[in-house]
Amino acid sequence: MSALLKVDNLTMRFGGLLAVNNVALELHPGEIVSIIGPNGAGKTTVFNCLTGFYRPTSGEIHFNGEAIQGMKGHQIARKGIVRTFQHVRLFKDMTVIENLLVAQHRHLNNNFIAGLLKTPAFRRSEQDAMQRALSWLEKVGLAEFANRSAGNLAYGQQRRLEIARCMVTQPQILMLDEPAAGLNPKETDDLDNLIEDLRSKENVSVLLIEHDMKLVMGISDRIYVVNQGCPLANGKPAEIKDNPDVIKAYLGEF
Amino acid sequence: MSSSALKNALISSITFLILAGWMLGVRMEASSQGIQLSLASAKSLQWLYIGVAAVFFSQLFHQAIFGRFKKKPGDASSGFKLSFKLPTMESNPKGFRLMVSFVLAALIIWPFLVTRGSVDLATLALIYIMLGLGLNVVVGLAGLLDLGYVGFYAVGAYSYALLSEQGLGFWTCLPIAGGLAALFGLILGFPVLRLRGDYLAIVTLGFGEIIRLLLNNLTHLTGGPNGISGIAKPTFFGLEFNRKVKDGGWDTMHNFFGYDYSSTHKVIFLYLMAVLLVAITLFVINRLLRMPIGRAWEALREDEIACRSLGLNPTVIKLSAFTIGAGFAGFAGSFFAARQGFISPESFTFIESAIILAIVVLGGMGSQLGVVFAAIIMTVLPELAREFNEYRMLMFGLMMVFMMIWRPQGLLPMNRPHLELKEAS
Repeated sequence: MSALLKVDNLTMRFGGLLAVNNVALELHPGEIVSIIGPNGAGKTTVFNCLTGFYRPTSGEIHFNGEAIQGMKGHQIARKGIVRTFQHVRLFKDMTVIENLLVAQHRHLNNNFIAGLLKTPAFRRSEQDAMQRALSWLEKVGLAEFANRSAGNLAYGQQRRLEIARCMVTQPQILMLDEPAAGLNPKETDDLDNLIEDLRSKENVSVLLIEHDMKLVMGISDRIYVVNQGCPLANGKPAEIKDNPDVIKAYLGEF
Repeated sequence: MSSSALKNALISSITFLILAGWMLGVRMEASSQGIQLSLASAKSLQWLYIGVAAVFFSQLFHQAIFGRFKKKPGDASSGFKLSFKLPTMESNPKGFRLMVSFVLAALIIWPFLVTRGSVDLATLALIYIMLGLGLNVVVGLAGLLDLGYVGFYAVGAYSYALLSEQGLGFWTCLPIAGGLAALFGLILGFPVLRLRGDYLAIVTLGFGEIIRLLLNNLTHLTGGPNGISGIAKPTFFGLEFNRKVKDGGWDTMHNFFGYDYSSTHKVIFLYLMAVLLVAITLFVINRLLRMPIGRAWEALREDEIACRSLGLNPTVIKLSAFTIGAGFAGFAGSFFAARQGFISPESFTFIESAIILAIVVLGGMGSQLGVVFAAIIMTVLPELAREFNEYRMLMFGLMMVFMMIWRPQGLLPMNRPHLELKEAS
């Protein structure tokens, strides 16, 4: 099976600081892959490189066989790689449904004249977007809050809305940066189920950064461990759990 | 109506009488014994009485009139609060249309009832409304601070002035001028929109100045500091509002329709044109707000990084706001040139940009109704305060300072049209 996303020798240098050093990873269609590592290991930097927020110093990133390193963030997003952020980045003053409409921007009828005259094609495109947004709200259980402004949602709901907002763009790869941070155990379980559903029903591959080991070990097909910018280990959850290097990196030398 | 209301009204009007009496009721007269107090003229006394009566009755019926707007006693917020809302397009389309037609009708009838001077002032206010609405797209909606907005205004004005010299009519030039200004917006916007906040403000400020300096120095084209005069006035399907045909029309209005010539008609015609242009501007911007691009402006203002992660191209979205804003400035500029009949770089100094920005901020960023009100206040107030002569600008400045202290969100803060999900029925 060919890889959906293939990263080789990814290196990111900020001046003298080597934040990411020779990281390689692969993501196959329908997989859930986690990146773990201690704080400051460079996980988010890897994410930023993959999604075009940083231009990697060197290395290659192939998405569906196409080199995407150095592309701009919105170009990569349009190809089908979307992400969430460590901190919730919703459009807080807009309503929940509008958040989902903005995300569909490039699928909508952006014809200036059509919008001015409210042509039937324009109305239909708006209606479709509304429908798609609504169906996603139902999937993440936020349909009743559709007209509320996003900033007024509870934290766990905001997290789910963020995922829904990514999903309406119809991505192939969903990248989640610590989606369970700040969630209570019940919400984390819901998140676990949601991610499973996304994989099985929406055919999306998931790349996950997470500190909640219960979630990571339960959901991941494979795990990459990064420590101080360097790849430390990778493999199935069971292998990682028993890997002495990983234990050392997390707990220190005994 | 209780006795307490009556008592309250009596006390209020007596207080008013005492306070206002010092200013309106008496006057000082120089006589042989020095300065003497005497009763004021009949006219100012009349105003005083009207004021007393107004205070008395408003206090008396205060409860009865505003009581119904008051929130229910169960509400946490006590005190008087208006819960009256203008009908919006979404909540009450019928009421909205009715309101719009009434306002339009009033705007059309109004100039025939008032003096020529007020119509002229209203036309000026309408130009500022158009400018304010245009800048509002850039600053209020897309969140890009543009201090050189007057540059696009100048481009529009000079485009019309120069094209009309070639014999083109106003209605042909209007879209061309708007398009040219929009093109300038696009050309300027392309390199600078990667800057943000203060940096963008400084670059646009520089751009505004560059345009003015170019106009000043390209003497062979723009006439330099002397400007361009004798710009043709707009015609009504080729009918001119002059005494004799001189702007290339085929007849004059009064001759064609057979009524007596009056110079007021030209002023009224210009006013009505301005009303039309403002109405178009309002319509277009209102639609834009409800289009994907309007939502994208809002989203971009809130969080650019999130926008990028969702595949929205920030440059294109900002550029569209910048270009559309510049286009409206171009329309306003060409109308300004047509109305004045004379333009020079003097009309496009930085202070003009500052005033337009003040209109947007004063009105409430992003709020269209607010911008309309602020533009009217900013043009009418200085005229009304003319008798204060040199203190005029001081008062103006003070008013702005207090305004920003008391109502930093503007006169009528933005109330964005939220797209709402209709309840499934």
